[in-house]
Amino acid sequence: MNKRVEFKNHQREIFQFQLRLVVSIGFVLLLLAILLVRFIYLQAVRHGYYQTLAESNRISIVPIVPNRGLILDRNGEVLARNYSGYTLEINQNKTTDLEATINELAKLIEITPKDRKRFKKLVAESHDFQTLMIRNRLSDEEVARFAAQKYRFPAVEIKARLFRDYPLGEKTAHLIGYIGRINEEDVALLEEQNLAANYRGSDYIGKTGLEQSYENDLHGTTGIEQVEVDAGGRAVRMLSHSSPVSGNTLVLSIDAKLQEIAEQSFGNYRGALVAIDPNNGEVLAFVSKPGYDPNPFIDGIDPQSWDELNNSPDVPLNNRALRGQYPPGSTIKPFMAMAGLFYNERSPSYTISDPGYFTLPGSSRQYRDWKKGGHGSVNMFKAIQMSCDIYFYGLATELGIDNMFDYLSRYGFGKKTGIDLEGESSGLLPSQDWKMKRYQQKWYTGDTVSAGIGQGYNLVTPVQLAFATATLANDGVAYKPHLVKEVRSSNGNEKRLIASEPVYDLKIDPAHLKLVKSAMVAVTQPGGTAVYSALGAPYHIAGKTGTAQVIAMKQGEKYDEKAVDERHRDHAWFIAFAPAEEPRIALVVLAENGGHGASTAAPIARKVLDYYLLGKVPKPMTDVKEKEGSEND
Amino acid sequence: MTRRQLWLRFIAHIDRQLMLGIGLLLLTSLLVLYSADNASWDRPLRQMLNILVALGCMWLIANLPLHYLMRTAVPIYVLGMILLILVALFGEISHGARRWLNLGIANLQPSELMKIGVPLMMAWYFEKHEATLTLKNYFIAALLLIMPIALIARQPDLGTSILILASGFYVLFLAGLSWRVMGVLLVAAIGSAPVLWSMLHEYQRHRILMLFDPSQDALGNGYHTIQATIAVGSGGIIGKGYLNGTQTHLDFLPERTTDFIFAVYSEEFGLLGSIILLALYSFVIWRGFIITANASTYFTRLMAGSITLTFATYAFVNMGMVSGILPVVGVPLPLISYGGTSMLTLLLGFGMLMSIETHKKLVRT
Repeated sequence: MNKRVEFKNHQREIFQFQLRLVVSIGFVLLLLAILLVRFIYLQAVRHGYYQTLAESNRISIVPIVPNRGLILDRNGEVLARNYSGYTLEINQNKTTDLEATINELAKLIEITPKDRKRFKKLVAESHDFQTLMIRNRLSDEEVARFAAQKYRFPAVEIKARLFRDYPLGEKTAHLIGYIGRINEEDVALLEEQNLAANYRGSDYIGKTGLEQSYENDLHGTTGIEQVEVDAGGRAVRMLSHSSPVSGNTLVLSIDAKLQEIAEQSFGNYRGALVAIDPNNGEVLAFVSKPGYDPNPFIDGIDPQSWDELNNSPDVPLNNRALRGQYPPGSTIKPFMAMAGLFYNERSPSYTISDPGYFTLPGSSRQYRDWKKGGHGSVNMFKAIQMSCDIYFYGLATELGIDNMFDYLSRYGFGKKTGIDLEGESSGLLPSQDWKMKRYQQKWYTGDTVSAGIGQGYNLVTPVQLAFATATLANDGVAYKPHLVKEVRSSNGNEKRLIASEPVYDLKIDPAHLKLVKSAMVAVTQPGGTAVYSALGAPYHIAGKTGTAQVIAMKQGEKYDEKAVDERHRDHAWFIAFAPAEEPRIALVVLAENGGHGASTAAPIARKVLDYYLLGKVPKPMTDVKEKEGSEND
Repeated sequence: MTRRQLWLRFIAHIDRQLMLGIGLLLLTSLLVLYSADNASWDRPLRQMLNILVALGCMWLIANLPLHYLMRTAVPIYVLGMILLILVALFGEISHGARRWLNLGIANLQPSELMKIGVPLMMAWYFEKHEATLTLKNYFIAALLLIMPIALIARQPDLGTSILILASGFYVLFLAGLSWRVMGVLLVAAIGSAPVLWSMLHEYQRHRILMLFDPSQDALGNGYHTIQATIAVGSGGIIGKGYLNGTQTHLDFLPERTTDFIFAVYSEEFGLLGSIILLALYSFVIWRGFIITANASTYFTRLMAGSITLTFATYAFVNMGMVSGILPVVGVPLPLISYGGTSMLTLLLGFGMLMSIETHKKLVRT
């Protein structure tokens, strides 16, 4: 029985086994089919997709940041340049404890509290994957010291980079401006202008001054390198390469030496100076005092230094030449005289008698002359020469505010000059419309009286007044002021001149010009208000002094320079062009709280004129430093 | 005896068809390794040494009469269990897992031994009780299977556990485990899935999750799968050409000489190459099934069937994981991936297949 069972089992077993074997074969075929379908899907159907992925794995596009363009003065002196140096940078991703890393680093390389504060600010502003600079301008010794200890700092690296540098520092700060790290606002702006692609890899962008207004020229074209990279991101070989094109070089019309002399001539005064070549609008010097050192701004200024600059009562960050708005004072008088001649309200020989005050018909209010007792009998020539207020009070009331507005706006008052810097103020040339809009008040004749001597509502910027002076100097042919003379490609092959075409010609009657200009020359001659400014000059200076009131005097109150707080003293103006017969330079000097134009502003102008026309370098400035305090310049 | 006669006697127990398939796969291995190792002879040469040693062992086993083979079952199994316990106690830790035993000269991975040992033991057990198979026998066989797997899964080594589980299950299946029991087991397995899930290591769970969405962790655990899939997919129909795979040669592919060598192969040889490889495997598997069908004893049928099916599973799991349809479980591509231990285990298995084929007449007479 045992044998039978075994036999039966054997038969069944064989059958059953073969059945199971068939099932197994079917199972294996199923597995193979699954794989085959998967391979066809990956390698035939989705091949394109994976091909793209493999390519983007393999190919990395590396932007090559172009060198920023240089900025040179008209004689080739470098005002903004690049130099290569080493920075110490921390990759935030690779460290868990930034503070500890920095403390460790500080044992090796000097890291000042300012560096730390600046870094903290960078961290707060950055995206979390960025590598940020903790120290720049490492010395060779510091580089070597760090390199030896590098293994201890996986998150820290030394990078060789190009730095921007402004050799003249604060002397050209308001002119050149500075570059700074690209922030989110800049990114938005670049995207708007469709320039974001060209800024791949760029860290810096012009923030103010010419660095800002000529950003597109200075930045250059970013190069692209396509490299094959391995999984570790290391470049294996180069696939294609397009070289970056360095930014264009800006050649300024500024004369650096003149700029320096002008800057120094201010001594301790705050203020502004703008000098223009009236024949073409080229700006020769552009000073705003005090300046500031733009270099720390490049990599983000530390908060403490920023606060010091920002809260200083001297407001060094304010570009006075471009944005400062002051009453023009008596500097408006030559233009008023031109208006009187133009509208035939005054003939050259028309003479008034100046008792020292002016009253409007039917009013008892007295408008005083700056000179007690008046100037006696005054015609137009004398009125300019001696800056007679009474003459111009009368002229203004007879011209009326509408004519004044029409005529003065031809010289650019109340309008931006369009100089190649951003953020220019437009000043203020008052009119009936303006007053209605601004104050919902009608215009009074009394307003016209003070407007006639450049007080009241009138406001001008130094650059605006310089433009008007240059236009007058050039017989009414106006050139738009510009700081950049020429834009050169980095290889010097291509040049683009900044247009020096006249914007308009006022077509002034030569007789009018002759009278006003000769009166302005008389200003700097014996009998004029600024006689000392031209003493011993071998050329004729046409000038006009001015005083801008900082605080209004009450009726009957006497202005006493000594009694008022220094910061409430009047601002001193001096406008001039020379040589008077064939002007090569027109300039405006504003000395804040300088009192009288003749005593503070005019000597500054003289030094600039002497250097520009005669090549005379002033002796160490002692005479402008009338103010108490040290004279150790 | 002439030289020719000597040669004939030497290869008497080598199955020619099987040998042809294996030989072609081994040549492919050297070819792909050369590329995967960035055109260096280092690994191909060492792999050649592995192959020679393994072929020698295969030759020995192929010449071993079946009753000797049967006699090795219990000692191999017992030795394997002892080694597994030793690994659990004193094993070397590498990559966070305790799999290796340092024997002074070489590192031994006892779980590899059990890939042969477990089915051998089970087949031996079924042969012993062939006459009176009851459910109890299947239960005991299952126990023989589960004990080593528990130890291996603890190491942890998911890939090997699965392969051994598969090989043991194939023995049970071929031995005629009733469909009903298998149905019950399946339901039980699904029912216990949450329990098993909770027993898995965090990284194992991660790998399984990664399968459903590798992009979730593109730089971590998903990286292997993503880069391998890209390599395979970017190969296209005809491939990028030998030594021209960018994923391979620019280091994007991880573990490309071992578990992920298939990605190297199919990146460079494309869909055409993949199909050729599948055909080679199919040929070997087909030959294994023929040998199984012709096997003369219960033991040899079970053994041959299990070896063949395990080999197929091996290939499927590896190519499945490299092409992104299975989780990354650490199973090499049979006969192609670099590595001595798996080469030895596989060729030992094929040696048994050859022995089964060439000794069957002796058994019958």
